[in-house]
Amino acid sequence: MIREIGVDEITRQIRDMCIQANHYLSEDMVCAMKEATEKEQDPLGKKILGQLEENLKIAGEEMIPICQDTGMAVIFMEIGQDVHFTGGDLGQAVEEGVRRGYTEGYLRKSVVGDPLVRENTKDNTPAVLHTSIVPGDQVAITVAPKGFGSENMSRIVMLKPAQGVEGVKQVIWDTVQEAGPNACPPLVVGVGIGGTFEKAALLAKQALTRPVGEKAKDAHIRSLEEEMLEKVNRSGIGPAGLGGHVTALAVNINTYATHIAGLPVAVNLCCHVNRHVKRVI
Amino acid sequence: MEYRITAPLDKNVVKKLKAGDYVWISGTIYTARDAAHKRMQETLDKGQELPVDWKDNIIYYMGPSPAREGRVIGSAGPTTSSRMDPYAPRLLDMGLGGMIGKGKRSPAVSEAIVQNGSVYFAAVGGAGALLSRQIKKAEVIAYDDLGTEAIRRLEVEDLPVIVVIDPEGNDLYKMNAGNIIS
Ligand code: SF4
Repeated sequence: MIREIGVDEITRQIRDMCIQANHYLSEDMVCAMKEATEKEQDPLGKKILGQLEENLKIAGEEMIPICQDTGMAVIFMEIGQDVHFTGGDLGQAVEEGVRRGYTEGYLRKSVVGDPLVRENTKDNTPAVLHTSIVPGDQVAITVAPKGFGSENMSRIVMLKPAQGVEGVKQVIWDTVQEAGPNACPPLVVGVGIGGTFEKAALLAKQALTRPVGEKAKDAHIRSLEEEMLEKVNRSGIGPAGLGGHVTALAVNINTYATHIAGLPVAVNLCCHVNRHVKRVI
Repeated sequence: MEYRITAPLDKNVVKKLKAGDYVWISGTIYTARDAAHKRMQETLDKGQELPVDWKDNIIYYMGPSPAREGRVIGSAGPTTSSRMDPYAPRLLDMGLGGMIGKGKRSPAVSEAIVQNGSVYFAAVGGAGALLSRQIKKAEVIAYDDLGTEAIRRLEVEDLPVIVVIDPEGNDLYKMNAGNIIS
């Protein structure tokens, strides 16, 4: 059976999700921030984490965006193969949702049209849209506005297979070290290992949308996540990079098959304002 | 140490600030980020005057989200300072009193801070809703066409910041960096 979904419904959902994501963190992030504040022993670090919790409260209650960088809208759509979109162009409907969300929601317009000419598009479009076709007749939409303080400190490295897991650890460590205060710690560290050049980057981005606290399925990846989280938290960078024990809330690693000759590793850093809203329609 | 200070800055007050001090700023400060700095640079290159005399003033590297009706400003936290590094030494040499942002600075900026007895503060990144409460007045005074990147004059009350680079060149981030917790 084919299920019809009007594209205006997509516009409406995306509008609301852009606004929601920028004012309320998801439950997993709220819990992680609370735990971090309890765990932090450095007095300044604890004070800053307390301010960040207070910031979240003010944002939700007074409808002021959690951060003034309300991001570039990254959108994932998993589209059931039995869905038929009606009433217009899906891509345009997505853009319209972002446009309305950012203008009607008092969100900052942070997108320039041409990366070299750099003129602001004034409505935060275009979004970065990733679609995939999956079984079923539902559509899962994830809206993840991404700030560039942390995006700018991210990287991708094509390791040699011989560098193995130690090479991967080094890349993660170096990325966090170099980012230091710039990426607004406490961080969520999204890592993609394997695939091709672009697949690794996408895996890393998707890893950021995985709820904090949800571990990788493979045991060896899970232990790598735990090891790196512990290591990163011993770096001394701390909240806002001003020293302390909580530098990251999570290290989320996603993997994929790769070529016999390669070992791509991407590290996508996200600040504590790790925004992701998911809805299934 | 903790201090309450006023802006524009008094050089004698700046002199006693040390990396790691917690400071509340009240008074008048200005916003400027990437595009405004680029334009100021071009203006100076043409031998023209800047819209603000930076002497003893503070630049807050910040581009706010739009204000809702009846509000002074939207979310208003710091942006990454290093993108302004290519422009900062020139403004410091013109008397810029201090900067508020987040993240590391280049050696050239650090040197210019020492030479001019200036100071670099960090505000907490990602606390834009909280910080917006300390802003009592906001007005675009130049480069209106740059939207969020326009130069704004802000009246602030007890804006909380931390001294990262003091006038002697001590850098709090570097002091913490070697500090591996075992
Ligand atoms: S990195 Fe995150 S918290 Fe920091 S300014 Fe950008 S969006 Fe805000």
